[in-house]
Amino acid sequence: MQTFGYVKPTGVDKAIGQSAGNFIAGGTTLVDLMKLSVEQPKTLVDINLLPLDKIEKLPNGGLRIGALVRNSDLAWNADVKKDYAVLSEALLSGASPQLRNMATTGGNLMQRTRCMYFREPSAGMPGGYACNKRTPGSGCAAMDGFNRIHAVLGTSEHCIATHPSDMCVAMAVLEATIHVQGPNGKRTIAFEDFHKLPGDTPNIENALEPGELITFVDLPKPVAGAKSTYLKLRDRASYEFALSSAAIVLRVEGGHIRYVRVALGGVATKPWRSHEAEKALLGKRADLETFRKAAEAAMAEAKPRKDNAFKVELAKRCITHALTLATA
Amino acid sequence: MAIGNLPNAADIIGTGVPRIDGSLKTSGTARYALDHDLPRLVHAVAVQSTIGHGRIRSLDATKAEKMPGVLLVLHHGNMSDAYRLVSEQSAGRTNEARPPFADDKIAYWGQFIAAVVAETLEQANAAADAIAITYDADDPDVEYDLSNFDGPRPSSWLRGDPDKALAEAPVVVDETYSTPVETHNPMEMHGTVADWDGENLTLYESSQGVVNHRNVMAAVLGIPRENVRVISRFIGSGFGGKLFPWPQSTIAAAASIKLQRPVKMSVDRRMMFSNVGHRPHTQQRIRLGANKDGKLTAIRHDFFSQTSINDDFVEHCGEQTPFLYSCPNLVVTTGMVRRNVGAPAPMRGPGAVPGLFALESAMDELAIKLNMDPVELRLMNDSERDEGTNKPFSSRHLKECYTTGAEKIGWKKRTPEVGSMRRDGKVIGWGVAGASWAAARVPCTASVELCQNGRVCVRCATQDIGTGTYTIFAQVAHAETGVPLDRIDVFLGDTGLPEGPTSGGSMVTSAILPAATDASKTAVKRMLQIAATTPGSPFHGAKAEHLELTAGLIRTTSQSPVQGVALEKGEFTPTRETMQGIPFAEILRIADLSGVSATGRTHPSFEDENARKYSLHSYGCHFAEVEWEPEMARLRVSRIFSVFDCGRIINTKAGTNQILGAAVMGVGMALFEQTHYEPQRGQPINGNFADYLVTTCADLPDLNVTFLDYPDLIVNEYGARGIGEIGMAGVAPAITSAVYHATGVRVRSLPIRIEDLLQSKVLSA
Ligand SMILES: Cc1cc2nc3c(=O)[nH]c(=O)nc-3n(C[C@H](O)[C@H](O)[C@H](O)COP(=O)(O)OP(=O)(O)OC[C@H]3O[C@@H](n4cnc5c(N)ncnc54)[C@H](O)[C@@H]3O)c2cc1C
Ligand code: SF4
Repeated sequence: MQTFGYVKPTGVDKAIGQSAGNFIAGGTTLVDLMKLSVEQPKTLVDINLLPLDKIEKLPNGGLRIGALVRNSDLAWNADVKKDYAVLSEALLSGASPQLRNMATTGGNLMQRTRCMYFREPSAGMPGGYACNKRTPGSGCAAMDGFNRIHAVLGTSEHCIATHPSDMCVAMAVLEATIHVQGPNGKRTIAFEDFHKLPGDTPNIENALEPGELITFVDLPKPVAGAKSTYLKLRDRASYEFALSSAAIVLRVEGGHIRYVRVALGGVATKPWRSHEAEKALLGKRADLETFRKAAEAAMAEAKPRKDNAFKVELAKRCITHALTLATA
Repeated sequence: MAIGNLPNAADIIGTGVPRIDGSLKTSGTARYALDHDLPRLVHAVAVQSTIGHGRIRSLDATKAEKMPGVLLVLHHGNMSDAYRLVSEQSAGRTNEARPPFADDKIAYWGQFIAAVVAETLEQANAAADAIAITYDADDPDVEYDLSNFDGPRPSSWLRGDPDKALAEAPVVVDETYSTPVETHNPMEMHGTVADWDGENLTLYESSQGVVNHRNVMAAVLGIPRENVRVISRFIGSGFGGKLFPWPQSTIAAAASIKLQRPVKMSVDRRMMFSNVGHRPHTQQRIRLGANKDGKLTAIRHDFFSQTSINDDFVEHCGEQTPFLYSCPNLVVTTGMVRRNVGAPAPMRGPGAVPGLFALESAMDELAIKLNMDPVELRLMNDSERDEGTNKPFSSRHLKECYTTGAEKIGWKKRTPEVGSMRRDGKVIGWGVAGASWAAARVPCTASVELCQNGRVCVRCATQDIGTGTYTIFAQVAHAETGVPLDRIDVFLGDTGLPEGPTSGGSMVTSAILPAATDASKTAVKRMLQIAATTPGSPFHGAKAEHLELTAGLIRTTSQSPVQGVALEKGEFTPTRETMQGIPFAEILRIADLSGVSATGRTHPSFEDENARKYSLHSYGCHFAEVEWEPEMARLRVSRIFSVFDCGRIINTKAGTNQILGAAVMGVGMALFEQTHYEPQRGQPINGNFADYLVTTCADLPDLNVTFLDYPDLIVNEYGARGIGEIGMAGVAPAITSAVYHATGVRVRSLPIRIEDLLQSKVLSA
């Protein structure tokens, strides 16, 4: 238990001025992690009064989503449902209605892994489980521990933690752009560059600089004539993180795939855009055989551990079936 | 059904009476254990071991003791006045015989090793974090495979020569089944508010057995039993985890005695997974021998049951094996295997639930080997007599359960080949399994009072763990007095009341019915006597046996002498008023009495010559349907038909609710639940509701419950047996059999996981 300060600024400038603090939006990740002593902010900067809670059409035909837009509001937004159905589906497959009512777009981008070792209060501390994400250099207890939910793609010898978000998988295929504002001004980050592979610095999870605030997420103009789907596989029917998920956006013309974006969730250390799958699909006939080849290609580099080997086959079925659904 | 629409008097038995305590719960006015925020209350927080095996090398509380609000730190260096409990030698049972903080040994991860008491919960939490502990850690043994056990394996129920019969059997099934540790997760967690007033100790608990809890705590604390009172008015369920006391009760009581202040100590959800029991892991080898026509010739049930280092707990997996089927050669053997885990505890249907998973799975495998219908196989091997105890059954209608269930699901349409049934683009599979659970009448005392305010008070130190016990008592009191339900007050869950049974073993209903009926009848009799003998009573001079109490009114019955008939001088004559009836409260007023009460007793079936001649058990079965979508390895349970023979159902609403809830837990057991002990430290690593999966609403199949409703009059005059636990037995094997039918994958190690299903060769619907 740690005492902490609390401020609730009304303007973006004020919020980023407080760069030493941790932003709190919906609190559904942060408060949990504070209770577990994983996060120990000195000051909480509550950003809920910032004017970042709108969804607006952009002049270029895209959509601008404020960082504080709640997951529920985003999922049920008429434009999102019509033009970016994959995002709506992904959001609604996640968590529970109560959580989605609190969770924000910015918070969802920043949610942290569900690795059970990482979430132990004393992980990375002397006497606690080894965890390089908590304390670089301390080791990784999950590597030879209970690692059923861990990643098979994008792992390193230092960390195999899965990125748990559903929303982010959809944003990966939508090729979103993240707007941030920090002490050094505003900048944008391409979605694919936002989340970082663990490599030998699993403690660094994204491209944000200290004190930078996510302000908006922009979605480009919807791809004309494209279909999409989000398929999430897990043990039970609801209220569970993905063991494997796939987001697909594609356009088929004359039986051939002319545009395709594939991203995977639940199996990788970051929201996983599969260029390998896309390469195997583009220009090919939209049939089961092609889909299977794409699934093989997507998982070719998978590195399973003791308990998560099943994810390789599960992800292949997930990709194949998602492609089947998207082209149906 | 609104209360006003319920049938009257005796007809209320057997109907769906809504909970009389329901509105207290839905309105949030029912006070649970931890809701007792007494004046001057302080908070205790436990410190848990972060190793799974070893010793505490050092424990330094000096910093914590100096922190704001801290009143006391208890640990093995300063804990005194808590004694060991030997269950067999005291009128009480506990889960952990070792008192908390007894020594420096660590037997499992999460073990309580200290507790901080402070003015506020936050202060206690902060100080708990500040205690510095070092350990001498050993490797914890949480090895999942139990078969490398070389300890004693006593056998029981031996009949015939099972090994010879197996060797000679033309058809044999020999498979090993296992069930994982499952954690009790009632909505309300464990917790204690202990209040010591210098002489008497009051414990507000969430207990399934207040009388046992009092007996145990008196012995553990060395306080006379008369000075300990345990109160559990409302319980957010227990599932067996709250049958016997856990250490937090001792710690809170010890702290309250030391500090002379009320102490609250709660067990949080994370601690629920390490410190307060679980259904132990089992590993069971079943060998079945049969003739080619399907007749069983041999059953061998050899099982291992995991327990903790310090306590002997056996999950009696072989309990139903000796009598479920007719079979001349049979044996059950038991091995108790120790691991560095917390103490196990009974969990809904202990023994039967894992045991029948194994036995009924094996029966399904035998049916497949024989190319026989699994229902047919069971009907053919049904037994007429309990061959384990060699007694007749008091009432057994298992065959009818099967035929009824088969009818409901449309079993005739089942095609046995794997993956052969389709619906809406999905493969479907059907499976069936049987269930059984013991019945008995345990001792019980209850009192019924007809009060001056026109209300009826019923009192018993049993408890309502959410199953509807309050309502059952009210039904009986209503049946006997006719006083409307909203004028009946039932008091339970307090050791100050007449001694009642622990809410376990599905035996409360059958135990309370005789006592409550007896008490009601006697109270009514006394009331009528008073009416007949009190000068000034309109009934004065009448014969009590010519009076009755209906709808709360005393009136003359048709047997009373009638007006106009020549009467002897002074003889009582009914009037219009006495025929229409007079409220009993009016008579009490005339007699200047505050009330009339009586105590009733239930004599246990084990002391009843007649009942002892019979094998007392309930029976039932589940027919399960699963849907399999191989393209994405998705399996869902779509329908369960449950048919149960549990004697007469006293409250159909509460009864159905028990079977529905049990079926839902059974789905969890089949598909989701498993406490994972992390190999490095032996920690239940998925100890939270995101990682320990229980059935969600979205997972619920269509559930359909049928009761055969044959009264079992050997058990009690109403013919009611218990229904709390049996519903969970048989669900998992019905589902795994359905899964086999749909996918061709036989899951012998629960839960069924995607990992298993990916092996299916049924690749498209
Ligand atoms: C039980 C449970 C189940 C869940 N199941 C799922 C699931 O199935 N699928 C899924 O995808 N997710 C799931 N979630 C995660 C949920 O989606 C996230 O917790 C949520 O999206 C986080 O959003 P928030 O606004 O509550 O973030 P907060 O908790 O407020 O913040 C999270 C982090 O983001 C930072 N942050 C927040 N806003 C900004 C900003 N604008 N700029 C910079 N940093 C910011 C905070 O400082 C903090 O570090 C689940 C969560 C729980 C608790
Ligand atoms: S997988 Fe990553 S987060 Fe989990 S223990 Fe290893 S280093 Fe820590």
